[in-house]
Parts: sequence; C-alpha cells; structure tokens
Amino acid sequence: MNSFSKIITVLVFGAVVSTHSLAQSENMVLIKGGVYIPLYGVDSTAVTVDSFLMDVYPVSNNNYLTFLQKFPEWKRSKAKRLFADGNYLINWEGDGNMGSQLLPDAPITNVSWFAAKKYCECQGKRLPTVDEWEYAAMADENSPDARKTPSYNQMILDWYEAPRSFDKTIGSTFKNYWGVYDLHGLVWEWTQDFNSVLISGESRKDVDKDSNLFCGSAAVGASDLMNYAAFMRYAFRGSLKANYSVKNLGFRCVKDIQIE
Amino acid sequence: MKTALIENIFMKMFLVGTLLLLSSCVDSGEEKTYEATEDIPASREMIAELTAPPNVPRGVGKRKAKKLIVNMEVLEEEGEMTDGVKYVYWTFGGSVPGSFIRTRVGDEVEFHLKNHPDNKLPHNIDLHAVTGPGGGATSSFVAPGHEAQFSFKVLNPGLYVYHCATAPVGMHIANGMYGLILVEPAGGLPRVDREYYVMQGDFYTKGENGERGLQPFDMQKAVDEDADYVVFNGKVGSMTGDNAITANVGETVRLYVGNGGPNLVSSFHVIGEIFDVVRVEGGDLINTNVQTTLIPAGGAAIVEFRVDVPGTFILVDHSIFRAFNKGALGMLNVQGEENKKIYSGTQEEGIYQPEGGGIQELPDQDGVAESEIPAKSFSERMEFGKITYQQTCFACHQAEGQGIPNAFPPLAKSDYLNADVNRAIDIILQGKRGEIVVNGEKYNSVMTRQDLNDDDLANVLTYIYNSWGNSKKEVTPAMVRARRNQH
Repeated sequence: MNSFSKIITVLVFGAVVSTHSLAQSENMVLIKGGVYIPLYGVDSTAVTVDSFLMDVYPVSNNNYLTFLQKFPEWKRSKAKRLFADGNYLINWEGDGNMGSQLLPDAPITNVSWFAAKKYCECQGKRLPTVDEWEYAAMADENSPDARKTPSYNQMILDWYEAPRSFDKTIGSTFKNYWGVYDLHGLVWEWTQDFNSVLISGESRKDVDKDSNLFCGSAAVGASDLMNYAAFMRYAFRGSLKANYSVKNLGFRCVKDIQIE
Repeated sequence: MKTALIENIFMKMFLVGTLLLLSSCVDSGEEKTYEATEDIPASREMIAELTAPPNVPRGVGKRKAKKLIVNMEVLEEEGEMTDGVKYVYWTFGGSVPGSFIRTRVGDEVEFHLKNHPDNKLPHNIDLHAVTGPGGGATSSFVAPGHEAQFSFKVLNPGLYVYHCATAPVGMHIANGMYGLILVEPAGGLPRVDREYYVMQGDFYTKGENGERGLQPFDMQKAVDEDADYVVFNGKVGSMTGDNAITANVGETVRLYVGNGGPNLVSSFHVIGEIFDVVRVEGGDLINTNVQTTLIPAGGAAIVEFRVDVPGTFILVDHSIFRAFNKGALGMLNVQGEENKKIYSGTQEEGIYQPEGGGIQELPDQDGVAESEIPAKSFSERMEFGKITYQQTCFACHQAEGQGIPNAFPPLAKSDYLNADVNRAIDIILQGKRGEIVVNGEKYNSVMTRQDLNDDDLANVLTYIYNSWGNSKKEVTPAMVRARRNQH
C-alpha cells in the first residue's frame, strides 16, 4: 500500500508540475493531416490523422539534462523502478550529468515511456500516437508518402541492421517532406500508444488468434518491403513495456493544433 | 570395430552384473523406464555447456534428466562473410549458427534469452524441440537490454533446429539467427570418436558475390530466393584450410548437420565418403550407405561414417554451384596410414577436380586447335583474356582475382605469380598440386591443367598480369609455344 500511495503522490505531483510547463512551439513543424492505411489495416481500415505539430528533432541528451535540472525527481537515483527500469539513463556517467562519453547533441535514449511522456507534458506537448508517428514517417525528402518507393524502404531496412546509430547527433539523417529530421536512421521513438496494436480490441488479435506480430502474421500479411520495414517497428514496439529503457530508443514530442 | 563393440558390450554386462552383486539395493545405474517421457523426473540443476560451431558439447552419456539452465545471449554484430566482405550478423551466442545445445530426453530446460543492450531489435526463439505454442517464441519475445525466461521439457529425441521468429521472420533467419538443439535418448547416442557441428545457410547481400565492403541484407533477393552466398557455419571458408575439421584414419566421425535456410534445401554430401549411417531428418529413422542426404530448410540430419583412408574430404551442398561459386564448401582432413587396398592414390590428377567454367582436360590427339580469332593488339588481348578468365578461372580465383581464402590462392597482387612468368604458363599447361606460398599464406590444393590454346592462354595471362596490381607483363603466344615445346 505504501508504494501505491507513493505512486499517487508522484502522479499528483506530476499533474501539478505540468500546469507550470512552458508552451513552446519553436522547432516544431506542421504535419498536415490526412488519411492513411496503416500496416495492420488489412481490411482497408483507413485512419484519419488530424493536423498536428511535431518536433523537428528527437529530444537530445542536452534537452533532457535541462529537464532533469528542472525536475530532479526524474534523475536516475530518484526515478521509481515502476516508471523506469534498471536501464534508465544507465549510460549517463552521473546522476545528473551525462559525462564525456555521450554527445550532448546525440538523441536521449535509455528513457522509459513514463519519463518520455512526462518530458513532453512538461513542455506542454505530448507523445505522438503510433498513427501520427507512422503518418509523418512515411514521407521521404520529396513526398508525403514514399512507402511505395523501393529505395526508401531499403534505406530504412539498412538502418534497422546498422549497429550503434544512437551515437550520431540529431539532425544527422535526412529532412523529410514535412521538415522533420531523423524519423528513420537514428533511434527508435516512443509513441503514446506503442503497444495498442497488441492489446487493442480493434487489432487482428481478437479475430485472428496468432496475430502477435511474430511468426504467423508476418508470413500471412507481409508481402513487400514496405510491410517488412513497418513490421519491424511494430515488432519492436510490441516487445516494450512502459517502464523499459532501451539504448536504441528515444522520443520526440508533438502538439495538437487546436490547443494553440 | 566389430570386435571392439562386442568387447564393449561384454564389459558393460560384466560391470552391471558386478554392481548388482555388490549392492543389490543400490540404483544399478540403469535407468528406470517410463511410459511417457514427460514422466521422467528431472533431478538437480545444471548449467548447459554451449559451444560455437564446429564444436559440440560433451555427450549426455548416462546422466539422468536434469533441470538444464541455458543462458543464450543475442548479439547483433559485424562479421566477415568472405575476404573483404563484411556483413552484420544477428546471432544466438555470437556465432552463426548459434550455440549448440545438448540435452537428453526428460530434461527440463530453463531457457534465458538475453537481448544485448546495444542491439537494435527485439528477438525471440522458436526451438523445434519444444512442445508448445510458437516453440517458445511467444514466451521469449524480448526487447534490447532485457531478458526473457521460459521452461520446457524435452520429450522427443532427435536433432532440432532453433531460430528467431520475430517479424520479419525471414530477415531474422537470413541474418544468421538459427542453430541446433540435440535431444539424446536416455543413455545417450552411441559413442563415436569425433563429433562436429555443421549448419548451412543462404545469404542475400545488396552487392553481388564478392563485392567488397559492408554489404546490407537485400530483402528483394531474399524474396526471390536469389542467394549470393550459400555457406556452412556462417561464412565462406569457415571450415577450410586451418579451420578444417579433422579426424584420424580408423575413427568414426559424426556430423550434426542443420540447415537454417531461410530458403534453400541442402543436398549434403561429403566428397570421397559414404555415410555409413544417416539418422534421417534428425529423427529415429536410420538409413545406411547413403551418398547424399537431403536436409530441408529448418531441418537437420545426423550422419556418421568411419574414415578409412587419409586425405582431404570435402563437404559440399551437392547443388554444386553453391559449393564452388557461393561458398558451401568445407573440409575434413584425415590423417593416418594409407590403405592402398581401399584407395590406390595413384591417379594422375589427384582426388578431385574442382569444377571451373572452362573445359577440363581431355586426352589430346592432334595437338591444340588454333584460336579462331587471334588477338591483334594489346587491348584485344586484354578483352579476349577477360572472357577466357570469366569462363575458366573465375570460379576458383574469383572476380577480382582475390581467390578464396585457404582454398584457392589469389591472383591479385600475387608475389607467386609475378615472380616467374614461365612458371605461370607451366601451371596452366600442366596443372599444379601441392603446397605453395602466396603472399605469405600457404595453399595446398589442386588445379587441373587447362585445355587452352596458345592464343587463349597468352590472352588470359596478359589479362591477369595487367589487372589487380600485378606486374603488367604481356604474354605472347610465342612464349606459350616455347613452354609447351619444353615438355
């Protein structure tokens, strides 16, 4: 019970803090809404994505350091294991400093979903939904939907194989049609509903018993490169729990337009 | 062999008898039989010994079923496919194929799958030896920097493949995520002198076979089943030269052979041997006196043979272009006394003629036909020479003259080649066998004599001497004729 009340305290505290957050939309760009068919939309279930603002870059080590200075309860020593597992900021040298091994401009990784969510809330933003993220990420340099372009898909697949790309700095990959950098090629990114495909009542899981995005469903549904690349993202997301902190996993924030 | 076996049986009977006499109330060491293997109790814990290919862990022998703890780490790391060609392998335990797991019927395996924090992707494991949904895949799905644990009881004896089953499954397997788990029957498999672990796999790279640099996986080629490399144990040359597996004359060799795929079925053959025993598909069915055994993708076989004569025995996928052009070639070196009764060893050109694109030697009758169109200039000589090279030399010496490590010497920047042009001509005219040193590396194999006329031979040598950093000599038909007349 004691730990439960602690959780409540943290949640309440978090809520109070978030009201103090600065609303800022610099370094964000507009992603114009539209309709797209996601990977799992085998039955042509088109999804409508409203227009939203998205961070141009993933959150950097430096950005996160600033956050920790304002909200020390998210330092490694203070964060609750329930909200951030033992890998949380494990590559940081000290409790409140990243040390000399990490580049200040490299993307922050080894952060849990709770931490990422809190970070965004403290900026007056939120994590993108899977659909928002996928919608923005289907753009290449020149078009909003490059999913049918073989070279684009091969580039993504190549990255999925390349080790240690988290060492690179933000902005070091390409700028896409919307003006967003690094959606592919740097780190994986947290999404608000990262595990919804596995647990939502809308997913194929409820219909097709082996749709856990491993053996069976990959064999049935994926016929082209586009799906292979997307499958890897969904598989990765599906392997996560909200308190996991992973070396190749960072995040960026988005913001609704109506709230402006 | 037979007498030894009978003696052995007598010995066992004697021992068991003695034990019974000495202590009739103590466990005789012979195992109680159970109606169902699931009823076999697992006593005590034991950490499983895991080995990288071509080695296998010690046999289970007479040990009882145990709780066997398997610690398997998934590593995504860069390795070398062949000389100068890098590839990012995804591995179970840091090797391709992954670590060999050896169990016995009734073991309760507690499996710990650890996904290294530096890895980019989630992974899991589907073991074909598991009775349960996904072969363990559902229970072992694990993010980078995390560990998953599940347990299973091995019920059926046999040799089984394990592999990663995370989407996209084909890609995870194509990158090397497969291995073998052996389930021995109670009392273990019969003892043999040597045991090795061999597993075939096909690889799909963006660049063609031999193209240098870090080669990414090519999904389209994988879908088309158009393999650039077909190899044993993860890379070209993993079992040739210094890495060859070994045995002594008179010993019995057992190979645990798997095929990870992802696409191709293997026609596994050992050149110069007949399998005395094949445990077909790794199961209970025993076939004897087999030349080539089929190993399906995601399947395995156990082959056993006694080696009777010394020499190098070549392991191949007898879909033979895979062996000589894509890498599916390994070597077993057998040492010991010759046995002329079994094999004379006196045939002129050695035990095996590696297949090249060119015409192999035939008894010649009227000398050599003249080239249809002799080269009129140096550039034509180069042009024609290149064509001859592609037809005749390419299969072994490779596109860039780089050769194949430990099997076929390089022609590029070759000190041996550049040192003596007449020797080079002689080798093409007469063939060459035995040990030579090229650029500091020892090679010991056979090149057959090539049936080329004076023009073609001059052209191809000129091409070789004027490519890949060699000494830029021009070889003329007259020079070739002069050497030919020497013999």
